[in-house]
Amino acid sequence: MTMTLEKTVLDMTATELRDVNTTLQAAAKAQANAAYEIINPRGSHAMACGLDGPLSVTIKGSTGYYCAGMNKEATVTVEGSAGPGVAENMMSGVVTIEGDASQYAGATGHGGLLNIKGNASSRCGISMKGIDIVVHGNIGHMSAFMAQKGNLVVLGDAGDALGDSLYEARLFVRGNVKSLGADCIEKEIRPEHIAILKELLEKAGADAKPEEFKRYGSARKLYNFNIDHADEY
Amino acid sequence: MDKTPQTEPRQSWTFSNSINSEIRRAADTGIYDIRGGGAKRRVPHFDDLLFLGASMSRYPLEGYREKCDTSVTLGTRFAKKPIELKIPVTIAGMSFGALSGHAKEALGRGATMAGTSTTTGDGGMTEEERGHSEKLVYQYLPSRYGMNPDDLRRADAIEIVVGQGAKPGGGGMLLGQKITERVAGMRDLPVGIDQRSACRHPDWTGPDDLEIKILEIREITNWEKPIYIKVGGARPYYDVALACKAGADVIVLDGMQGGTAATQDVFIEHVGQPTLACIRPAVQALQDLGLHREVQLVVSGGIRTGADVAKALALGADAVAIGTAALVALGDNDPKWEAEYNKLGTTTGAYDDWHEGRDPAGITTQDVELMKRLDPEVAGRKLRNYLNVLTLESQTLARACGHNHVHNLEPEDLCALTMEAAAMAQVPLAGTNWYPGKPGF
Repeated sequence: MTMTLEKTVLDMTATELRDVNTTLQAAAKAQANAAYEIINPRGSHAMACGLDGPLSVTIKGSTGYYCAGMNKEATVTVEGSAGPGVAENMMSGVVTIEGDASQYAGATGHGGLLNIKGNASSRCGISMKGIDIVVHGNIGHMSAFMAQKGNLVVLGDAGDALGDSLYEARLFVRGNVKSLGADCIEKEIRPEHIAILKELLEKAGADAKPEEFKRYGSARKLYNFNIDHADEY
Repeated sequence: MDKTPQTEPRQSWTFSNSINSEIRRAADTGIYDIRGGGAKRRVPHFDDLLFLGASMSRYPLEGYREKCDTSVTLGTRFAKKPIELKIPVTIAGMSFGALSGHAKEALGRGATMAGTSTTTGDGGMTEEERGHSEKLVYQYLPSRYGMNPDDLRRADAIEIVVGQGAKPGGGGMLLGQKITERVAGMRDLPVGIDQRSACRHPDWTGPDDLEIKILEIREITNWEKPIYIKVGGARPYYDVALACKAGADVIVLDGMQGGTAATQDVFIEHVGQPTLACIRPAVQALQDLGLHREVQLVVSGGIRTGADVAKALALGADAVAIGTAALVALGDNDPKWEAEYNKLGTTTGAYDDWHEGRDPAGITTQDVELMKRLDPEVAGRKLRNYLNVLTLESQTLARACGHNHVHNLEPEDLCALTMEAAAMAQVPLAGTNWYPGKPGF
């Protein structure tokens, strides 16, 4: 571990994952607004997970699975790409991926902002429960599957079966949607949605206008089982 | 003129009254039957095994004088803080939502008094449950309803649910009538809508991914908590081997008699293997990996008596879990509610529409008036009593076989009454030294 004036640096060629996470988790609790930098992450899994406090962590490179999992309050920035399940079950805080994100980005997230500057692969925002996700590029198939709450904003295109079996999450897509999943429909974009979009785009530093997006949401036909809708299931 | 003699009216075995009633129900409604309660068909079970008892080659222990230990430690492989239980019987996962808050509290009270653990379910951890459960296992389910790192950390163990015996490969549905404001709030969903529990996890597929998921959970919880993996009784040898590979501390193996809050009857009765058939392959997998007793095996699905407990342990389990039996101990399907069961078109012992939320016993409901019928303190004491009886019975049988710990029970203490049970349990058919599949015969 080395310290600069601004940041404490953890080198993963010399520090075990357990020690890195222990250090970060302790700092999140004890050192409000402290800053850490992780170098040579080498695609390690479960980095900077379980943070619970206003810590700033910058990861200089790409990460493996579940980076920033279950994050609370911390600001985690990956200066590279992220493996599957980045910011899974995130509760609050901000997680930024400068590159691309693999599958299940933001899965089951309850809150906070996941800001993906590149593309996100399949099942982005699966079962999201209140998180806000902004993807500057495209998203893969089955994104927002069974998404319950929160906002998914996509500046690029969406793959097949967007929003399949959607609950109350709001989906905003600027580009093309290859297909919509069961019970997902295009909906009117009203002033309150424009306001949500404007705020999220600003937070994410995205170069886009709210008016360029279409909104998708649940038709709510599958909310209570009905045999007449069996073909939809 | 004499009448022509006629044979007695003869019912079809193939088209029995029960089958015909199901055909009529399907024709009327156009939808499959959904229920709880686990498999009701007769399958080979622990009743088909007998203990041999002591004889010239075994000394029994004195029943009221000599100690027979029942303690069990779960999570010794990797966890910093394994769970110490006084008895080898735990309470299986059942959700708040499926069960009332009072019922969850009663489970916690009873389990704590008996010195064992209880388990959350889909829908998250409630204060009633955490507050009244000295040892609480927190289920990590595909839906992740209510999942959060704070509850992960205040759990005593974490159980990753891959499947359950009543429906290996199936998800679940909590119907809208049970989705009150509180249940909905915990699940981040609107009040009154059906809530699906997904059949697979949203952010991992297969044991390689699961190994990394477990790494993440351990990193979040400082490697303190035992990690259980729960599997349904599908392919027990391979499922257990792969769960070990993924890094489990404890494996919970749930046979097809395991109960469920709600799923299709066709699923319950036609998917998965009987509990009896699952244990020996699971133990074999652990032994082949050199992990028997290092990775603990908890068996569930149709455990009712101390004899069932003892037989499961003799076949190699470290502990058992009870779900349906615990609900019955609390008061489920009690004859005192017969008139109300009749109004619901059923009878005591057969009530299984737990998902509809109209449980006369006030256990599987969110109806405020029905919930009041269950006193959590009284019900908790009943559960404690029942757990004590299970323990005493298993001790009695272990002593009779000459063992000073229930874990010393072994397959050699058993024989089987049927060919099927002999084959599944791999113990000799009574009166022989043979079982189907035994090498050399």
